[in-house]
Formats: sequence, structure tokens, C-alpha cells
Amino acid sequence: MQFLQQLINGISWGSIYALIALGYTMVYGVLRLINFAHGDIYMLGAMFGYYVAVFLGVAEHASGVRVLSVVLISMLGCGLIGVGIERFCYRPLRKAPRLAALMTAVGVSLLLENGGQLIFGADPKFFPPLIHTREIFRFHEIVLNNIQLMIFAVSLLLMFLLHWIVMKTRMGKAMRAVSFSHDAAGLVGIPVNRVISFTFFLGSLLAAAAGILVSLSNPKVEPLMGIMPGLKAFVAAVLGGIGNMMGAMIGGLIMGISEVLVSGYISSTYRDAFAFFILIFILLYKPSGLLGKTGPEKL
Amino acid sequence: MLKINNLIVSYGNIKALQGVSLEVKEGEIVTLIGANGAGKTTLLKTISGLIAPVSGTIYYSKNEKNSSLNHMAPHEIVRLGVSQVPEGRMVFANLSVAENLDLGAFLRRDAREVRESLDKAFQLFPRLKERVTQNAGTLSGGEQQMLAIARALMAKPKLLLMDEPSLGLAPILVKEIFETIRKINQEGLSILLVEQNAHLALQLAHRAYVLETGKIVLEGPARELAMNEEVKKAYLGA
Ligand SMILES: Nc1ncnc2c1ncn2[C@@H]1O[C@H](COP(=O)(O)OP(=O)(O)O)[C@@H](O)[C@H]1O
Ligand SMILES: [Mg+2]
Repeated sequence: MQFLQQLINGISWGSIYALIALGYTMVYGVLRLINFAHGDIYMLGAMFGYYVAVFLGVAEHASGVRVLSVVLISMLGCGLIGVGIERFCYRPLRKAPRLAALMTAVGVSLLLENGGQLIFGADPKFFPPLIHTREIFRFHEIVLNNIQLMIFAVSLLLMFLLHWIVMKTRMGKAMRAVSFSHDAAGLVGIPVNRVISFTFFLGSLLAAAAGILVSLSNPKVEPLMGIMPGLKAFVAAVLGGIGNMMGAMIGGLIMGISEVLVSGYISSTYRDAFAFFILIFILLYKPSGLLGKTGPEKL
Repeated sequence: MLKINNLIVSYGNIKALQGVSLEVKEGEIVTLIGANGAGKTTLLKTISGLIAPVSGTIYYSKNEKNSSLNHMAPHEIVRLGVSQVPEGRMVFANLSVAENLDLGAFLRRDAREVRESLDKAFQLFPRLKERVTQNAGTLSGGEQQMLAIARALMAKPKLLLMDEPSLGLAPILVKEIFETIRKINQEGLSILLVEQNAHLALQLAHRAYVLETGKIVLEGPARELAMNEEVKKAYLGA
């Protein structure tokens, strides 16, 4: 019984990790860069959501349109910031050694975290309840509430949408072409820089969505909230095989579920440590990840 | 149609091209032959905008309109009508044949015209049609070369740059590819063909250039170059 409850919680967190992991993996696909600032985009999503919600007075008069505006405006804002980060921080280093870009990514991450504390203040803010928690399903002690269901459903929907974009649209095909080779893509007429911007945009949208979804059930938002989920989503992406989108989704779910099980059955002290254990294990024994290079949908 | 003047290109302090001048006129097949490491690929990459030259000019003219290709991004050069079939084919191995061809038409908007180009590509290479849903990475070398050519044609270029299309192919396939090159040229496409297979290239081309360690050392009508003693010794194995 308790196990089923853990599973529900784990899937819920897992979908969040999956959403963030997709951004890591897509950017890695087109740039071979680990965008360490990606977890902070998730934080910005929650922060923007908070400010937009307060500005629109959603807590006082909630309405579908207002809630949707909060979500869309924050996602769009994060999308543009993601594009800006690539344009001004990573693009000038495109031809520099890989390590330079990696260090820059760490720098951008620190900038967003500390800049966030400067601008938003270091104290946590409380995300107004956009949606009131309701039990949807109860069986003995197992409870599934509407927010957990929504996190799962929205994540699934976004992942399907992303899958469709990447597999079916010309822009998606171009993303896969760019991840194969910038030169070959340019030679057939693909505007490589525009495709890379688009990739950052999509990845940041998903991270922002994750930030807002989490804030629905964990309303405490603060500038450092992206660090841990960012790291875990990164581990999820590596676990699934970095560069592989299906891998990121599966990796995210595995991370979410296993971490909840660890804290439920062993000790919650090990919850965060477990992610690093997985990372070390994967890097030692299967660095290409579960779906590795031969996965069906290498981006 | 394409006019290159005194082009200098270097990788760090290695000078790969040391003042190359070359011209392709409308309707021509021009071949550039030269040994491994002479700088042939470097020249094509520079024309396509993948490498920025140290100095020199690249002009391209179409319908009386003259444009400098220096400082243009690769996709803008494709938009002007200059496509390339790169060395090693570089088909998108992780995409299907159909997707590769669709991306070849990335800059084109008219779906009906793109459809026509696709039909034409399949006419040219019926084998690709049988493999449309297959991943390009699973094709044989010859089929990948066909796909690379078909993909480049999907952009509807006026000038096609080809980098060693015969590399690593069985002689019968090489003949087939060269026949195709002749055919698309007769339909009005100008071609700059880079080859190590000098024998076939000189038979096919109208004019030829010989590149040696970054410099053009000989140029002239292909038939004359094929008779040239030095060329015979160095490139035709006679
Ligand atoms: N990316 C590169 N970095 C450094 N040197 C290069 C690079 N590419 C080619 N070269 C050098 O430039 C010269 C010309 O190479 P290339 O244009 O590939 O010749 P070709 O196509 O005629 O075989 C060679 O000496 C080669 O070693
Ligand atoms: Mg070469």
C-alpha cells in the first residue's frame, strides 16, 4: 500500500525531472554542451510565475484565463531568456575549446542564482495557490490528488507535443540534422543558429513549465530552488543517454521513483545523495546511458 | 557565374590555400584535381561559407546580379543557388531518406514545386525511392552518395559543388554517378567537381584546374590537360 503511494509521488517528481532533463539533452544534442544554467531556468519559471500571479491577482480571483496567462507568460519569458543566454554567452564561444563553454555555463548558472537573490531577494516567496488541492482518488491510505494528476498529465502532454515537433515538423528535423553535424546542416540550407535558438527556446519552455507545476504543490519558491532539481534532471539525462530524448524521459521517471523509494524505505537523508550515486554508477559502468547512442530517437 | 580571386585560407598558421583564383562559367563542368591534402576540400568549404578566408574574394552571379559570398552564412549561400555535396557524403545518418530529402528543400516554401523536385530526384535515383523510410545511416556507400546528390538538388541550385563523389565507390557505381553528373549538367546546372579520380573527371569536364599544395599550377580545357605530360605523370598514372 505504502509502496503504491510512493510510486504515485515518484512518478509525479519523475515527470518534473523528465521535463527538465529534456532541455539538457536537446541542448547537448545540438551543441555538445551541458547547459548548467538550465536548472536555474526552472527556478526562473517558478519566480516569473509567482510575480505574474501576484500581478494578475490570481490568488484573489482565480480564473482559467488568469491561470493560463501565468503559465504562458512565464514560459515565454523563460524561453526568451534561454535564447538570450545562448546568443550572448555560448555563441561567442562556439569555436572555442569545449571547456570554455562549459565553464561559461557554470558561470551563467551562478549569475542567475546570485543575481536572482539580488533581484528577487533570498527569502522564499509563497506561490499563490493557482489550483486548490483536491483528492481525486482514495483507496485505503493511497491518495492521488488533482495536482499530482495534473503534473503527470501536463508533462505527458508537453512531451508528446515535443516529440511531435522533433519528429514531424521541418524545424524538428532540422534540429536532428544540426545535432548530426552543423556543417552538413548548413550546406543543405538550414540556418544553424536559428535552429539552436529554437532548441534553447523549447528546452526553456519545458523547464519553466516544470517550475510552475512544482510550485503548485510545493509553493515555496526561492532563487536557489533550481540547483537540486537541475542536478537531478542532469543525472536523469545522463542516465537515459545524453542526447537521447526518450532516454531523458525514462531517466527522469527512474530518478523520481527511485529517489522517493530511497527516502521512503531507507532514509530521507540519502534522498539527494542517491542521485550522485546513480551518476557515478552510470559513468563507471555505462557512460553512454541506458539508451545510449543506439537509441531509437537520438536527437 | 562563380569567380574566385586570390583566395587565401589558413588553419592557424598552416596556409591551406595560397592565393587561388578560379572561375566557373554558366553551364560548365569545371573540375579541380589535386592530390590528397592539396586544399580542394578547403576551397569548397570556403565557397560554401563554412570557413572564412584570410583574404581574397568570392563572387557569384545569377541573372546579372552579382553578389559577394564572403561573410555569408552557409544557408544564405544555398539560398542564392550554390549547393554542395560534401566530402564523405555527410547524409544525416539518424534521419530517414525522406527526411534527408525534405531538409534539402528547407529554404523552399512552395510545397507543389518541392514535390516536383522530389519526383525528379526519384527519377534520377530510383533506388532512393525504394528506401524512403530507411535511415540514411543504413544505406550503402553508393546509395548514400546518391542521397547526398539528390538532397543537394532539392534546394534547386544553379551551381553545384561536388567534393570527391567517387571516393570509396565501386567502379560501376562511379560510372553511374558520373553519368548522373553529365545529365544534370545538360539540364542546365553548372558544376564544380573536385576529384582525385583525374581520369574520369577530365573526360567529363569542360575545363580543369590542377591544385598543388594550395596553389593552382595548371589550368585549361579538360581535354588539353588530359594530354599534358605532367598531368599524365602525376595524376593519370601514365
Ligand atoms: N580542420 C583542419 N585543421 C587544420 N588543418 C587542416 C584542417 N583541414 C585541413 N587541413 C590541412 O589543410 C590542407 C588541405 O586539406 P584539404 O583541403 O582537406 O585537402 P584535400 O581536400 O585536397 O585533400 C592539408 O594539409 C590538411 O592537413
Ligand atoms: Mg578533400
